[in-house]
Amino acid sequence: MTVNPSGWRPSAPANEEGEAHTVTGNRALMLEEPLIFEIGSTEQTGVDFAEVLQRGTRLGGLERNREMGLPGLSEPETVRHYTRLSRQNYAIDLGLFPLGSCTMKHNPRLNEKVARLPGFADVHPLQPQETVQGALQVINELAFWLLDLTGMHGVAMSPKAGAHGELCGLLCIRAALEARGDKREVVLVPESAHGTNPATAAFAGYRVENIPANPAGRVDLEALKARLGPDVAAVMITNPNTCGLFEPDMKAISEAVHAAGAFVYCDGANFNAIVGKVRPGDLGIDAMHINLHKTFSTPHGGGGPGSGPVVLSEALAPYGPLPYAAKYPDGSYKLVEEENAAEEHPNAFGRMVAFHGQMGMFTRALAYILSHGADGLKQVAEDAVLNANYLLRSLEGALDAPFAKSGPCMHEAIFSDKGFAGDVNTLDLAKALIDEGFHPMTMYFPLVVHGAMLVEPTETESKASLDQFIAAVRSIAVRAKAGDQSLKAAPVHAPRRRLDETLAARKPVLTYREPEPAEAAE
Amino acid sequence: MRYLPLSDADRSEMLRVIGAGSIHDLFKDVPEEARLQGPIHGLPMHASEMAVERHMTALSRKNMVAGDVPFFLGCGAYRHHIPASVDHIIQRGEFLTSYTPYQPEIAQGTLQMMFEFQTQVARLFGCEVANASMYDGSTAMWEAILMAHRITRRNRTVISSGVHPHYVNVAKTLAQFSEDALATALPELSAEPDTDRLIGKIGPETSAVVVQYPDILGRITDLTPIAEAAHGAGALLIAVVTEPIALGLIKSPGEMGADIVVGEGQSIGVGLQFGGPYVGLFACREKHVRQMPGRLAGETVDAEGKRGFVLTLSTREQHIRREKATSNICTSSVLCALAFTVHLTLLGEKGLRQLASLNHARAGEAAERLAAIPGVELVNDSFFNEFTLKLPVEARPAVHAMVERGVLGGVSLGRLYPGVDALQNGLVVAVTETVNEEDIDAFEAALKEVVR
Repeated sequence: MTVNPSGWRPSAPANEEGEAHTVTGNRALMLEEPLIFEIGSTEQTGVDFAEVLQRGTRLGGLERNREMGLPGLSEPETVRHYTRLSRQNYAIDLGLFPLGSCTMKHNPRLNEKVARLPGFADVHPLQPQETVQGALQVINELAFWLLDLTGMHGVAMSPKAGAHGELCGLLCIRAALEARGDKREVVLVPESAHGTNPATAAFAGYRVENIPANPAGRVDLEALKARLGPDVAAVMITNPNTCGLFEPDMKAISEAVHAAGAFVYCDGANFNAIVGKVRPGDLGIDAMHINLHKTFSTPHGGGGPGSGPVVLSEALAPYGPLPYAAKYPDGSYKLVEEENAAEEHPNAFGRMVAFHGQMGMFTRALAYILSHGADGLKQVAEDAVLNANYLLRSLEGALDAPFAKSGPCMHEAIFSDKGFAGDVNTLDLAKALIDEGFHPMTMYFPLVVHGAMLVEPTETESKASLDQFIAAVRSIAVRAKAGDQSLKAAPVHAPRRRLDETLAARKPVLTYREPEPAEAAE
Repeated sequence: MRYLPLSDADRSEMLRVIGAGSIHDLFKDVPEEARLQGPIHGLPMHASEMAVERHMTALSRKNMVAGDVPFFLGCGAYRHHIPASVDHIIQRGEFLTSYTPYQPEIAQGTLQMMFEFQTQVARLFGCEVANASMYDGSTAMWEAILMAHRITRRNRTVISSGVHPHYVNVAKTLAQFSEDALATALPELSAEPDTDRLIGKIGPETSAVVVQYPDILGRITDLTPIAEAAHGAGALLIAVVTEPIALGLIKSPGEMGADIVVGEGQSIGVGLQFGGPYVGLFACREKHVRQMPGRLAGETVDAEGKRGFVLTLSTREQHIRREKATSNICTSSVLCALAFTVHLTLLGEKGLRQLASLNHARAGEAAERLAAIPGVELVNDSFFNEFTLKLPVEARPAVHAMVERGVLGGVSLGRLYPGVDALQNGLVVAVTETVNEEDIDAFEAALKEVVR
């Protein structure tokens, strides 16, 4: 059957002055594309198989006896369908993608190439260890360089993303506290933290309390000290913080937290600002996840997969999860897992994932670290910070920059909607940037700044690219301050105009449903 | 430094605009004693593309490549052929180098693909809705247990003995820190799992029963009586699928009454990659969607009335709800989900059925030949493409001995269940369409030698 002979056609664009209708709804290279359910058929396939000689089945009497409704397409149709869809996406390959806290930097293609070497791509996680020495060496080597770059003692490689790493770090803290018979219930999180921080603390069974920021956009050290006590298990700090500022009191914060018997968790999302320049271990941090997909350039892929190894201090390293790749004096590598944990790693808190973590990301990150080397990574941090400060100083006259007076920013700069006239807001500026050919900055985060715009250019942008962005933002800011209502209509040149998110949430349509046939059956 | 576009002249000019004397002025908030003087110690200086490629290639050659030898491993990760166009599509920069689609007007490619993925997963699993993916199967299973806890407001979960032991260990680890109590058991080398005993563990406090389908030994069990028993006690049935290709031939868990179906999607479109990244699948009944974790794409219209897609129901998620979110998850596995969707679109229902038939036929042939080796017994009554053999010797050394003969001959239960004496002779063997006659010949010959 054809899954849906719905006869779907792209809707024609509105009849605006000067814009010619097209029969197809397409506009030259802007091509409309239906869903696979509207063009495919359950009888079509793009893969050829040899004939099967089935001599009876052994399926326990559970043979499928109804259709699922999975449409197929031939290979050319499949390639065209997804190529057309791809062209409706903005991407770092197309231009500046200044999403604050996300570190959208160039993804080197060498890394894609090495991750696809058969020796990495075509290896099973449960192969006998004598057959995967190279894979274990990659994990061990990457772990070694992560420790070198952070000045920490141990690293848990298996967490699958930043938030998963946060969970791993908090579970290490919990295990360490329980080992000394200390039951603590509270995790302190600054107001400006990523939403994952409080969510993770709750996920790990802690009660979350906020700690306030001071007017300069930093953690209020005195307020933090006042709150510390025997019920506090950990403080989760982001450094550089989500306002793009380094926490200059970090050592004092760590000392106060340690004096109260608690641990310091650092959200490493912003490590790109200090990689190769500052070692978090020197700041008294006990655990920090490293987003390999941010600082170490593994591709974001439309929102994952990520990878979030966690570096651990001497106090926490004994509690890290299984498995990990250990190097032995004879030069061989071995997985420490449930079987040998009792001898090798007896205090492990357990296991985070089925296998060994994001191997495909480890190969890419290792290739990236070796490509840049010690001098290159230092230059990464310096250029990332330079680019962000160049944007900050070039735009502070055009947009309100609430912490510009606090001094230089780190790898990202924050602006607010103060001074916009009428009902024009941050969202409008962001959508107007889309028409100018840029991905917008992070909007309305962190929560401590009204109408926040968090701009992170990264080190892989040229000065020319930044200058073009500055010109676009300045021009839109002038319109915003004049209350230009045309901003409300932006974007007008994107594949879609503004989408109705309220409708999507009020009446969720999360899967495709075949429409009722037009002519009712008799 | 090929990834850095700024020239020294650019840097000087930019510092002038900023009003800074040198780059060090921009790091003035970093306390002097925390700043490294000069490049970090230990790490070598930058290297050419050729030098790095050479190093990485040398490391890759230290591994035995699955495709180079007769290969029979499964247990949660399966080697299937991936059509070349799948990798081509996921390497398009517009997919590879884009981010979470927060700006839907310029992310319709990712959002529409997520919507297609959600629909495919829901249909494959026999459920009403699915999310845009989780990290992997094991973390998806734990999230399903928490979801059942939220729905039923109960915290006792019964996990079948047939669930992958690593998945169980992930759940056990995280249950230490939540308020969930897990009842687990070790499998036995029996032809069928003991469904009656599993049902006997369900009580009035039970939030969910978790069953793997097919299970860790490859056995296929009817989920209907388990679903009935669970529902009768006010509990949910969570089904775990680690080999979704099987669903081309056997009934979906949703059809048999599962309320939440989770799984590992690696089999479709994603390579083995030594365990990751993979793609967690998560589907459920529509009435429970607001308790579901993870990202969701939903259909809507734009200001001109054109159909489009957005991320939706984000009030469940951490960036809005913070500590009250359904989960702390902030990523999904979108690029792997794309690979899954492209591969499943190439297959279509017809291709999936053919692929599943091919797997089942190959596995049937291999099972018959291996079980004919003196002393070797086939444990399973039922299986799809994976079955368990009981060897006359311990399986773990047998696996190593087969490596010496150039054969990757299955996963020993000793590896998965160290120290469990009753399972040490068990060998789990997966046979996919990538296995040919010569591979089975080589495996048979090697196994014969090592069990002698």
